[in-house]
Amino acid sequence: MSEPISSTSKFTVTPKTSVSVLFAGDSGDGMQLTGTQFANTVAVYGADLNTFPNFPSEIRAPAGTVAGVSGFQLQFGSKPVYTPGARFDVMVAMNAAALKAKLKELHRGGIIIACTDGFDEKNLRLAGYKADEANPLEDGTLSNYIVFPVPVLQLTREALKDSGLSHKEIDRCKNMFILGLLYWLYSLPIDVTVEMLHAKFGKNATIAEANIRAIKAGYFFGDETEIFANLGRFDISPSKQHGTYRRVTGNEACAIGLTAAAKKAGLNLFLGSYPITPATEILQTLAKMKKFGVKTFQAEDEIAGIVSSIGAAYGGALAATNTSGPGLALKTEALGLAVMLELPLVVINVQRGGPSTGLPTKPEQSDLMMAMYGRHGDAPMPILAAHSPVDCFYTTYEASRIAIEHMTPVICLTDGYLALSSEPWKVESAENLSDINPHFSTERSPEDPPFLPYKRDERHVRPWAIPGTKGLEHRIGGLEKQHETGHVSTDPDNHELMTRLRAEKIEKIADSIPLQTIDNGPDKGDLLILGWGSSYGAIKTAVEQALEKGHSVAHAHLRYLNPFPKNLGELMGNFRQVLIPENNSGQLVHLIRDKYLFAPVSFTKVKGLPFNEMEILEKITDIIKEH
Amino acid sequence: MPDIDTSLASRPPLTAKHFASDQEPKWCPGCGDHAVLQQLKNVMPDLGVPPEDIVFISGIGCSSRLPYYLATYGVHGIHGRALPMASGLKTSRPELSVWVATGDGDALSIGGNHFIHTLRRNIDLNVVLFNNEIYGLTKGQYSPTTKVGLKTVTSPLGVIDHPFNTATLTLGAGGSFFARAMDRDGKVLRAILHRAATHRGTSLVEIYQHCPIFNNSAFEAFAGQENKDESTVYVEHDMPLVFGKFRQKGIRLDGSTPVVVDLFKGDVSESDLWIHDEKDSFKANLLARFFDDPLTVENFLPRPFGIFYAEDRLTYEDALEAQIALTQEQGEGSMEELLVGDNSYIIK
Repeated sequence: MSEPISSTSKFTVTPKTSVSVLFAGDSGDGMQLTGTQFANTVAVYGADLNTFPNFPSEIRAPAGTVAGVSGFQLQFGSKPVYTPGARFDVMVAMNAAALKAKLKELHRGGIIIACTDGFDEKNLRLAGYKADEANPLEDGTLSNYIVFPVPVLQLTREALKDSGLSHKEIDRCKNMFILGLLYWLYSLPIDVTVEMLHAKFGKNATIAEANIRAIKAGYFFGDETEIFANLGRFDISPSKQHGTYRRVTGNEACAIGLTAAAKKAGLNLFLGSYPITPATEILQTLAKMKKFGVKTFQAEDEIAGIVSSIGAAYGGALAATNTSGPGLALKTEALGLAVMLELPLVVINVQRGGPSTGLPTKPEQSDLMMAMYGRHGDAPMPILAAHSPVDCFYTTYEASRIAIEHMTPVICLTDGYLALSSEPWKVESAENLSDINPHFSTERSPEDPPFLPYKRDERHVRPWAIPGTKGLEHRIGGLEKQHETGHVSTDPDNHELMTRLRAEKIEKIADSIPLQTIDNGPDKGDLLILGWGSSYGAIKTAVEQALEKGHSVAHAHLRYLNPFPKNLGELMGNFRQVLIPENNSGQLVHLIRDKYLFAPVSFTKVKGLPFNEMEILEKITDIIKEH
Repeated sequence: MPDIDTSLASRPPLTAKHFASDQEPKWCPGCGDHAVLQQLKNVMPDLGVPPEDIVFISGIGCSSRLPYYLATYGVHGIHGRALPMASGLKTSRPELSVWVATGDGDALSIGGNHFIHTLRRNIDLNVVLFNNEIYGLTKGQYSPTTKVGLKTVTSPLGVIDHPFNTATLTLGAGGSFFARAMDRDGKVLRAILHRAATHRGTSLVEIYQHCPIFNNSAFEAFAGQENKDESTVYVEHDMPLVFGKFRQKGIRLDGSTPVVVDLFKGDVSESDLWIHDEKDSFKANLLARFFDDPLTVENFLPRPFGIFYAEDRLTYEDALEAQIALTQEQGEGSMEELLVGDNSYIIK
């Protein structure tokens, strides 16, 4: 440890397998930074973790109000952790508003570390406590929790009184005091944050030193005061195998996945995009990847975003566009063009609550039907969905492979929950990534027979003929084309043939994708939970618990939503019932019922919130009980 | 990706015929599109670019059928979106010669947003805007350039929308090149298309294009033998603004007000006239405002044709390539660097 820190070890240290912590405070309290630093330390320490930021919809909501509460939630553990936790075990409340906004999500018996300076009369009023209401820290209403009132601001000021910083600068260090206290509570080292502070404030050593002092003050406060005497400290043993890791959010993972796919295929990556919550970080991340030859084009609108990508695809790039629901709606006409042109295109749709502007900052899984059917004409398109932040990498990579090798636009669904959540990723090695083979047509001479841009191979895939290739000059467009020649054709039989060939091309992708597997549980049994997308962690955890209870349940999670894996019908047939949890009004249920002609049980949640494991487990228990 | 063979030396010389595709144009007889297609075919061999390096992108409308008739690469896209498609292609493949065929409806109505943003970015595209002041393909509805008062199927009592002036719109949006030509004036059109092709940046060429079916008299004031000489002025770099059947008229700047003067009176000579300067954006903006209708305005200013403005300005794709080169000074990032990233950590 670069900054040795010793504690007197007078407290008991209780081992724990997992803990969920929430840092909550005002937007200006630096909770995202504090949470991120805590997460980095936990990651480097070697525990598994999953994080989820929860910030206000407004950029600068009024200070001290419930609307202005910014939260950062994480769960970490000595065993694999799949969600940020259904409920928190520990909650840091920097002010009264934070407590008010988040208390309902704290476990009964959970720990509250309250910054008492944020509970003065003004803060109580701003948080909406009435004048005649007592301070919740003092009136006994929190008797079901373990409350630690800590005068964080006062202690920080005291620790930094001769630091040479202004009052304002000193006050800004209070989040580091809390961070230090939490490090102490969970027996974690402080050096990761110390290194970060040195790097961040390298030129301004005074500020770096002050922040480090604040961390240490928080750490020693835990060690020296008696208030934690009955609680003691906790320890979560590191669990990760050795290797190189990085912590990624879903949006970052999408950006890396696209770039890796382009590199593997030997293509340049082009992203045409328009900023939209919660998809924008994909554009932002790729804009920083010029070193890898990535070109980003911030278009004037969603339509130009996708159409510029279609232009780049025609030119031979791996082309992509990223968006969220309203943007996908605007892109639908161009999606039809991409279907008609039969060019590779990856469309990442980071789903959010809809319809219309809906809940821009909240996740939902309600664009499946739009992905499947949201185009005029018969315009089928492959659909994939990622199930975790890290899986965003693999799913985007696979979407790129399908787009390039099958000459088709592909929709890759994630959501606002995956987009902003993070987890450690054991960095993939380049060799392990599957090959991606673009099939470019090569030069022809005038003596060769005419080039046929729509002559298909056995998978119904047409060749990729890019400008700059001599002898392949050809014209394509959105008008229906004659089979093989690609000339404009209004022939009735030809249109029917082309419509069928385009559909069969998508169906044939099922030949090149893996069969569906059971993620956890038996191959046959009473109940199969069939999930897709970000509900993975909640279902995974719930099914683990149900199996421990001896229930006959299994979990399968779909990455391929169109076409479905070939064995899906058979796999579902091995269970008496199939339960489909979705953050929508039951969209996958429609597709399954339509294709396999049976009635799965639909379990829906449309609150702008992801499922948690308790809800899934409760539903499993209910269904099992009925039998 | 195959290397582009830009050497034409080893091939037989290209002619206009080499650029004709095997498809018969399906435009109406007498349509101005035929003439524009012919001039494009004429100018292509002069550019020294092999056909496989040329791409024509279009939207929807009569003129957007153009790519089918040229033996280059081509995409006939969707309504209004030719410019973003061309922008994506050119940004991703700057070495290609990318052309856009579009119309007044395609570029200025449904594609209006793309029009202004493409111009300000200054991507090196050659945009041929066929302006017939009408929707032809959908049979005769008024367009955003149709003159006020024209009776069409959607304006039975006459158009009440004020029309766009393509020239002011282009310059207002920060366009680096604007030229206007008449479809049937082959020589001028060819010269302008050639200049547009060599200009680095977005070249906007507005062509007054005759639609004999739905808007037969749109440009009569500027095209008819009777009227043309007196109602138009052809601007050339470094040359005074002179017009008229006998070159008897000129335009002089009175402060910032253009005034038509009679050169035969003897009190004004050509040296007193406005000398056209393609690099002068202020004058280009004044010129763009010559938008009188000679049939309704007394003492009208003649409608200018020729190259109004041609500014050397860094193109979008060059700026992007420069940024990429800057980040790759130590070489392009490897797959391993990409996967490991810059915030990784090792667990032992």
